[in-house]
Amino acid sequence: MATTLTAPGTATTTNRPATPPGRRTGGVRAAATSTLLWVYAAVAILPLLTMVLNSFRTNQELVSEPLGLPAEPSLAAYQEAWIEASFSTYFWNSIVVTVGSVALSTVVSLLAAYALARSRSRLMGALEQVFVSGLMMPVFLMIVPIFYLLDSIGMVSTRTGLVLVYAAVSIPFSVFVLGTFFRQLPGELEEAARIDGAGPLRMFWSVMLPLVRPAVATVVVFRFVPIWNDFFYPLILVRDRTRYTLPVGLTTFFGEYQTSWSTLFAGLVIATLPLVVLFLLATKQIISGLTAGMGK
Amino acid sequence: MTGPTAEETSPSAGHRRPPLTAALPTGTALVFLLPAALLFGFFVLYPMVTALTYSLYSWRGTSQESFVGLGNFVTLFTAEPYATQVPRAFAHNLLLFAGSMVVQNSVGLLLAVVLHRRRRFKRLFQVLYTMPYLVSPLVIGYLWSLLLSPLFGPVNALLKTVGLDALALPWLGNPTTALWVVVLVTAWQWVGFPLLLYGAALGGLDHSLEEAAELDGASARQRFWHITLPLLTPIIGTVSVLTFIFSMEAFPIPYALGGSTGSPAGATDVMSLLFYRTAFQSGSSNAIGTSSAIAILLFLVIFGLSIAFNKWFRRAERRLF
Repeated sequence: MATTLTAPGTATTTNRPATPPGRRTGGVRAAATSTLLWVYAAVAILPLLTMVLNSFRTNQELVSEPLGLPAEPSLAAYQEAWIEASFSTYFWNSIVVTVGSVALSTVVSLLAAYALARSRSRLMGALEQVFVSGLMMPVFLMIVPIFYLLDSIGMVSTRTGLVLVYAAVSIPFSVFVLGTFFRQLPGELEEAARIDGAGPLRMFWSVMLPLVRPAVATVVVFRFVPIWNDFFYPLILVRDRTRYTLPVGLTTFFGEYQTSWSTLFAGLVIATLPLVVLFLLATKQIISGLTAGMGK
Repeated sequence: MTGPTAEETSPSAGHRRPPLTAALPTGTALVFLLPAALLFGFFVLYPMVTALTYSLYSWRGTSQESFVGLGNFVTLFTAEPYATQVPRAFAHNLLLFAGSMVVQNSVGLLLAVVLHRRRRFKRLFQVLYTMPYLVSPLVIGYLWSLLLSPLFGPVNALLKTVGLDALALPWLGNPTTALWVVVLVTAWQWVGFPLLLYGAALGGLDHSLEEAAELDGASARQRFWHITLPLLTPIIGTVSVLTFIFSMEAFPIPYALGGSTGSPAGATDVMSLLFYRTAFQSGSSNAIGTSSAIAILLFLVIFGLSIAFNKWFRRAERRLF
């Protein structure tokens, strides 16, 4: 915490040289900026590193040496979290719900975005406005009615219910990003396909879809992360422990394993692991996608 | 469903040459749109509309009783515990916003500016700074509650090691420090977000103005304050509005750090926690009516102030250019 506050302080010194940029001050300034960047890198990464390292230690080690490294790395904490604390169940539920809802929302959003991008009717323009307005809708406003809606169709505490809700709330973002991409594609491609006798569905599937693959990757990554991390919907829509996703599982787990600290750390690592894998697979997509449509 | 009639149905008769994009006939387009429209209508639009009606009725458990107009909203400001908790939670949200603006956005801007001119390790730094942002906010909240634990917490151990024993406090147990922990942990997690947005904006700027100023002898600091910063006004506006929205909706980090009651003593209570307690934990017979009123109120504040912010930044932009 304290180090976070030192960052701006270091900064003022980097901006300080009031002399015009000469060759002599250049070296000093470069060293100062390098220091700043590495210091903040430590601030950003050390807490996460501590989480991983402490998950391989035992409770006694944690108490006697809070700053130590794992002396004899142990997987006991993982075993306890995975088996006894039901993380295997939560993990599987999270995978099913996240993959299912991202797949569903991507497919329906692709069709919708294509239709909206390639139609010039006024009705479709109005419908697009309705979709995009969804970007502004806060979850608190919808959650109680959604709960009763799911209840009335018998889908509270089901993974299908969560999949449908997540897919629906993902539509505004996905339609927005995919629509932007479809609009950039030249219409001649479809005209050529049409002359060759392709119908709308074939045109969409064989001509357009391969071309928007980068946008699809962006949408998939960008819906995967928040849905995997989300906690509010399942907290309210899932009442049955065997259907908990990882974040909801974490809240009960933190109540029950209060003093089993290394197990708690292991649980946090398990909840984060798939994101690290995703990050390694799609760093570029994530970095460029974070700024997609907002950089202007 | 054959394509070639598309041009005739499209309202582009005024164009001299046929438009480049081949339009879909409206019928086909509607078929393509149907699955998304159904999902969105059922699980987003319908709940939105019903939420509004929920807030205007009194409830007995799950059954709607009678139309009370703005009665539920009046309750929020006149009946306990709401009359105390609503203003307190709202003030905490505003403080979270102010803290995020000062800490997270200025650190993000600073790092983006420093990183902008750099070639070595630029991508590595971006990745490192973005890591906390990708981890679930709930995980981040729990992680810091462990790191700050007075029993074994590495943070206090570190403070003692470097001789700052006076700072080794029970950070989350003390009402005055707990809210600042929420602010700083939120800022720590989010720094990567403004950093990347500012980075993208800096990459898109026309640097000829700065170079001209450099030739005229302006110092690095003068160039930053008088040229770069004003040029960034639009993106600063966007980031501010988004920060405002996120601060108003903050839920997982306060929940992980202070539980659903905003402990200690309500010091970390925010609007979303209040909503959650009212709707699902209060046991009040009118839980649905009151909680819906809180949700509507929160929505109106977010929506109204976001629009006001946007307008204000637009005007600031126009004054500058």
